[in-house]
Amino acid sequence: MVAVRYQTAFKLYPYEKVADQDAPTPKRHPVVIVGGGPIGMGLALDLGKKGVPCLVLDDHDGVGMGSRAICFAKRTLEICDRLGCADPMVDKGVIWNVGRVYRDEREVYNFNLLPEEGHKRPAFINLQQPYFEQFIVEEIRRQQAAGAPIEIRGQNCVTAMDQKADHVVLEIDTPDGPYQLEADYLVACDGASSPTRAMMGLDFDGRVFEDNFLIADIKMKADFPVERRFWFDPPFNRGETALLHKQPDGVWRLDFQLGWDIDRAAELKPDRISERVSAMIGADVEFELVWTSIYTFRCCTMEKYRHGRVFFAGDAAHQVSPFGARGANGGMQDVDNLGWKLAAVINDGADDALLDSYHEERKYGAMENIKNSSRTADFLTPRNPAHTLFRDAVLDLVEHQDFARPLVNSGRLSEPCTYDGSTLNGEDALPDGPARNRPGSACSDAPLASGHLLDQLGGRFTLLAIDADVPAGLAGSKVKMDVVKVSAGDDATGALAERYLGANTSAVYLIRPDQHVAARWEVFDAEKVAKSIQRIVGGTAC
Amino acid sequence: MLSQLQTAPNFEKADDFYAALLAAHEGLDEAQMHALNARLILVLANHIGDQAVLEAAITVAKGASTTRQM
Ligand SMILES: Cc1cc2nc3c(=O)[nH]c(=O)nc-3n(C[C@H](O)[C@H](O)[C@H](O)COP(=O)(O)OP(=O)(O)OC[C@H]3O[C@@H](n4cnc5c(N)ncnc54)[C@H](O)[C@@H]3O)c2cc1C
Repeated sequence: MVAVRYQTAFKLYPYEKVADQDAPTPKRHPVVIVGGGPIGMGLALDLGKKGVPCLVLDDHDGVGMGSRAICFAKRTLEICDRLGCADPMVDKGVIWNVGRVYRDEREVYNFNLLPEEGHKRPAFINLQQPYFEQFIVEEIRRQQAAGAPIEIRGQNCVTAMDQKADHVVLEIDTPDGPYQLEADYLVACDGASSPTRAMMGLDFDGRVFEDNFLIADIKMKADFPVERRFWFDPPFNRGETALLHKQPDGVWRLDFQLGWDIDRAAELKPDRISERVSAMIGADVEFELVWTSIYTFRCCTMEKYRHGRVFFAGDAAHQVSPFGARGANGGMQDVDNLGWKLAAVINDGADDALLDSYHEERKYGAMENIKNSSRTADFLTPRNPAHTLFRDAVLDLVEHQDFARPLVNSGRLSEPCTYDGSTLNGEDALPDGPARNRPGSACSDAPLASGHLLDQLGGRFTLLAIDADVPAGLAGSKVKMDVVKVSAGDDATGALAERYLGANTSAVYLIRPDQHVAARWEVFDAEKVAKSIQRIVGGTAC
Repeated sequence: MLSQLQTAPNFEKADDFYAALLAAHEGLDEAQMHALNARLILVLANHIGDQAVLEAAITVAKGASTTRQM
């Protein structure tokens, strides 16, 4: 039997019996993904689009009910663009730019994310996580129809695993009883309490924060503007913080800090929650509770994200506080990073060492997320008198002094990670090249005559040649590479020049399949490009 | 160019500064004094800005503790 651990919002992959279950010997699959949350499904879509056969096993048959993540960052949307599922997200999502910070009843300052011009995607959208997951699965269904080798098995619960020298054996429970299968590679995307991690006896270390937060997603007809509002010590939640944020479908996310010593059952009673909500939005505003929960959080990570043929991604590998929206957004960067590396090894004969760089780069990214989200937690939940003293000093000052604004920390919003120091990074040989697109960084978008730049990059290695000569078809390379040629004439706004050229008149960028810069030069040099690619895929690939 | 923490005497009018500091604390209870000092640190830190200098200042201040705490 497969236990039902949570209610589903959408039933997307109902259980169906498959031939593997009756096979006399366990069937071998190239890649098995445990867990069909946003990260597992995102990875399946990426691998399937690259022609890597993959199988997703999820112990439920659809998307979990209740909104967890609501803020999705531009980089996530860019990744989803590459995967082909960003349009419905942005169409459905709520775009917001203004944030207001209150203390007691007074607004102490406001900010505008002021997204830079010339990007296809907004800085952030708010969208309930179930929709985010649904749109990924819908794109998987379209890709399957077009022949992508992706399979999803609902109500398939992984109950045991055993890692052998060159494969992994899995024990899976289903409504028709257990069966076994084998995987060349296993990716555990089974969430923060990862059963795979537990089965392998691996640690998940970090800090637990002693605080509780109540989430109330409510439906109301009120003319609140589409802004993020954050309160320190408001009259309706004395001594604590609160957050109000808009979601699609007329739903608002209310988040109340409750403190550590609470009566959980009492706080979750609908009457008690409604009382809190009314105190916040006004007694005369009618509303309906859509989803409520109390969460505590921790900032934890595994020591290593690769263990032989087993990889960990998303919350299974690392968990952060929700402040800053770094959970799912960080996990989607894992997908972005692992997808092409697995594909390069499985389909194109790249060295196994490339897979080690998944741990190297994404652990670096996760530590950045943990650092930022822990700092926010320290601001919101002072742990000793000094924390309180300086937090209050910052809030005292910020009402009158703009300089104190950067110290107010109600969440440092997710940014794409730049893999500075990665072993995959090649030469940075563009004189005084713009720092934002140095090797390791995710390419900045730019509007061109031919459409947005990012729509032309990714999926494969790409040589971006800006007013530089590149011969067609780089002979002798077994790595498939696209060449994108652009010139100053395509760059009416000057964004490309500002973001990629600096004072140079030409540039050649080697861009990885995940749209991160691998190396850059002023002019094309076949040998240097080949060397950089070899550094990444290893061997004598070129 | 690496900026360095100024540890040689640098006050324009040391006695006047010290008097102003004491005067600012006049009539405050202990919590208010702590709060004032915390705000003052933040104002000065912003003026300095340079992270290396600020960290050096924290180290100097910690090292001068008479109770020899870490
Ligand atoms: C209150 C709250 C607010 C948040 N807000 C944001 C936000 O605004 N932005 C953001 O980016 N992130 C946010 N997050 C974090 C985000 O929800 C998570 O990071 C994200 O869900 C992680 O996705 P995942 O796929 O790694 O794991 P999960 O979503 O947990 O998915 C794991 C999947 O594995 C399956 N599974 C588990 N065990 C097994 C097994 N044995 N066999 C088969 N399948 C199994 C589960 O059923 C599930 O489908 C928030 C989280 C919370 C709690």
